[in-house]
Amino acid sequence: MRATAAIAVSVFRESVRDKVFYNLVLFSLLMMASSFLIGQLTAGQDVKIIKDLGLAATSMFGLFLSVFIGIGLVSKEVERRSIYSLIAKPITRAQLVLGKYCGLALTLAANMAVMAVALYAVLAYLAWGVPESTRAAWDAPALDPALMKAMVLIFAELMLVIALALFFSTFSSPMLSAALTFGLYVVGHFSGDLRNFQQVVDSPVAAAFARGLYWVLPNLAQFDVKSDVVHGVSVPIGYMALTGVYAATYIAMLLAIASLVFSRRDFK
Amino acid sequence: MLLAAAVQVQAARERVYPPGETTEDTVYIRSGSALRRLTGAYNALFADVYWIRAVQYYGGLKLQLDAKGAQPGMLEPPASIAADAFPALYPLLDITTTLDPRFNIAYRFGSVFLAEAYPRGANRPDLAIALLEKGLRERPDKWQYLQDIGFVYYWFRHDYKSASHWFQKAADVPGAPWFLRSLAATTLEQGGDRQASKAMWTTILQTAEVDWVRKDAERRLLQLQALDVIDALQRVVTDYSQRTGARADWPALVGAGLLRGVPLDPTGVPYTLSDGRVELSRSSSLWPPPEEPSAKGSPRP
Repeated sequence: MRATAAIAVSVFRESVRDKVFYNLVLFSLLMMASSFLIGQLTAGQDVKIIKDLGLAATSMFGLFLSVFIGIGLVSKEVERRSIYSLIAKPITRAQLVLGKYCGLALTLAANMAVMAVALYAVLAYLAWGVPESTRAAWDAPALDPALMKAMVLIFAELMLVIALALFFSTFSSPMLSAALTFGLYVVGHFSGDLRNFQQVVDSPVAAAFARGLYWVLPNLAQFDVKSDVVHGVSVPIGYMALTGVYAATYIAMLLAIASLVFSRRDFK
Repeated sequence: MLLAAAVQVQAARERVYPPGETTEDTVYIRSGSALRRLTGAYNALFADVYWIRAVQYYGGLKLQLDAKGAQPGMLEPPASIAADAFPALYPLLDITTTLDPRFNIAYRFGSVFLAEAYPRGANRPDLAIALLEKGLRERPDKWQYLQDIGFVYYWFRHDYKSASHWFQKAADVPGAPWFLRSLAATTLEQGGDRQASKAMWTTILQTAEVDWVRKDAERRLLQLQALDVIDALQRVVTDYSQRTGARADWPALVGAGLLRGVPLDPTGVPYTLSDGRVELSRSSSLWPPPEEPSAKGSPRP
């Protein structure tokens, strides 16, 4: 456990050293510039649009961070040959994989926490001084705590994406890992189509195959409650919990396979 | 340094070879469903982009049409541009509301942009109703959409029976405000009557949630106020002409002591008097005045 935590902290420190947190400056600038510009362009929809933009940017920045750092977690060590000194230490390869994963998850959590604060700050600025009659027309309050539900599910989704990237990086090149992770991210958001494939094909075999893929591939669409939250539609706690459990289960499976593959890998 | 040089070169090129006008109004992908697929988890963000495009397109084209000489106040579009006035407006709004089916303002403002008479809008009340009905399919509990359909029938189609029907439907939605029921009854009883219109716009003014709607209601009320003044002035002009046999103009009426000065509309612009008819000035921001139907309950063809 201690070894895993040490690796996680080291990954986090490396992210700081690699100036990963610069993306936060970009995010903050984007949010601030948008808040000034959007009010001029949108006929009174600035709060909705800032929420959409903030959540989408959080998700997108997080996605790039998860994929591009995730794919390098293992391959970088191999490339630099530092893997030899790591595996020579009294830690199991499973601990190494888990530590790397937790480190990136920590980096992502820190990023998302700052992004959430920046988003709320911009929304507070927009809502400041707005008369009550105008606020009444908003689907949800500007500083709606429910935005955190969307943030939490984005985080859960990105944790799953990190696990995918890490899983692929244990046995393939960084480029291929990135392509496969992005591919699964896209497919994961269209899994509903796989479920209803029988509506567009006549072949029962194809329909059954698509249905099988629906269950096996990560269903990422369920993590997307951005629109619901922005429009003030309630997201039940039960839904959040089940989606969280799904993410945890899928991540555990990916990390288990990644550890297995990594422990069988020969670095000679 | 090199960036500054690049900027200078570009500016020089644009001076010699001016860039063509931007064709922002082109909607390359008209299928909202296709875009919904393409935008994946970012539907709402793209809906915002399309909404901004719709607002910019509407505002930009309105300015262009004014500049091209579409006379402000012309109630019907000239034949040359009637067919393609605001052609991309409905596709943009349709895409916006397909990408984000709960985009409340896109339905409510969009229907106004579509229904308004030329040159203030696309003069397409049919599309305004279609857009609001699309919103209702997504959110049948939105009494505001039912009310807005009633307004479109009332103001732009002068079909007071249908307007009353939609106001009644809005009133039947749980949580709808009390005034809708009386609005439905008044519309059926006195549709097209100026007092009924005043009552309706006063209600809208008092219940408006958005500044834009509030300002529009204020303007409509000023227009109706101006129409009352025009009616009174017209009586003075007609009396004077009949009594003296002379053509009336403002100085003559002031000289005869019938008026204290040249009458001004609520925005401070003088009314015009030509050929014995008193009208709002075309330079007034209240122009064009609302159409007032001659016969109650006769729908526009």
